[in-house]
Amino acid sequence: MSSATDTTGKKIGMWLFLYTEIILFGGLFILYAVYFAKYSQDFIHSGKELSTLFGVINTIILLISSFAVAASITAVQKKEKKRAVLALITSIGCGLIFLVNKYFEWSHKIDHGIFPNSEKLVDGSPGENIFFGLYYVVTGLHGVHIIIGMTLLLISLLLVQREKIHSTQFVFLENCGLYWHLVDLIWIFIFPLFYLVT
Amino acid sequence: MDNKNNHIMSYRFLGLVLTALLILTSVTVAASMVDLGWLNVWVALVIASIKGSLVLMFFMHLKYEGRVMVISFLGTIFFLAIMISLTFLDVAFR
Repeated sequence: MSSATDTTGKKIGMWLFLYTEIILFGGLFILYAVYFAKYSQDFIHSGKELSTLFGVINTIILLISSFAVAASITAVQKKEKKRAVLALITSIGCGLIFLVNKYFEWSHKIDHGIFPNSEKLVDGSPGENIFFGLYYVVTGLHGVHIIIGMTLLLISLLLVQREKIHSTQFVFLENCGLYWHLVDLIWIFIFPLFYLVT
Repeated sequence: MDNKNNHIMSYRFLGLVLTALLILTSVTVAASMVDLGWLNVWVALVIASIKGSLVLMFFMHLKYEGRVMVISFLGTIFFLAIMISLTFLDVAFR
């Protein structure tokens, strides 16, 4: 193995992709902002229907998982393979708990007749309809990112175990970590906008 | 190029960043319970931006990356700002 890897180049490539993700979610946040300005009262009223507790728990879970990924990189750099594996399992587990919470949250809303094109939303105020439409699109798209992130972390985990990722060659883990942190970063903005509007 | 990559974040420091993020989460929840009128949204956004910066700088290593990454990231945020401000220039004066 004498081929040199362009670590910096790979990282720049990852960041370029992350920029497109920022603009993607940024566009959705602009939609939110414009309609919030137009239907403030409806948004505030609808936001109260979302469980703050679920939002807080999911925020804490994602923050811990982000920490775990960052710790796994440190562990790989320090040649502490067991710790790296443990940290990655923790972060993937956190992602799984996040999705389970999301499942309960969504099914609770759907049971109450709140889902795209439901009678309650279509016949209700336009602001409420738009709020929950955005809620499903933004958290749904974010959920897809969680699934992709977990897949990437799982691949990293296997590579760490097989020692394809080690203290001198860990850019793949770093890039997967960057993706995972971005998913966390987006949630940091979703949480107050949807769960804490008062 | 490579020696920049060898920066190792200690577990302790990462733990401190996590603690700060958790504290800021409780601050933003507490702030949302106080009725500040239109200021509420801005307080929430400012706290979210601080939390975001912590994640970007330390978890995502941006503080320790070269100039290319920092400038290109700020460029992205600049374009996002253009998107937001031009949209509101349109919407606000209809």
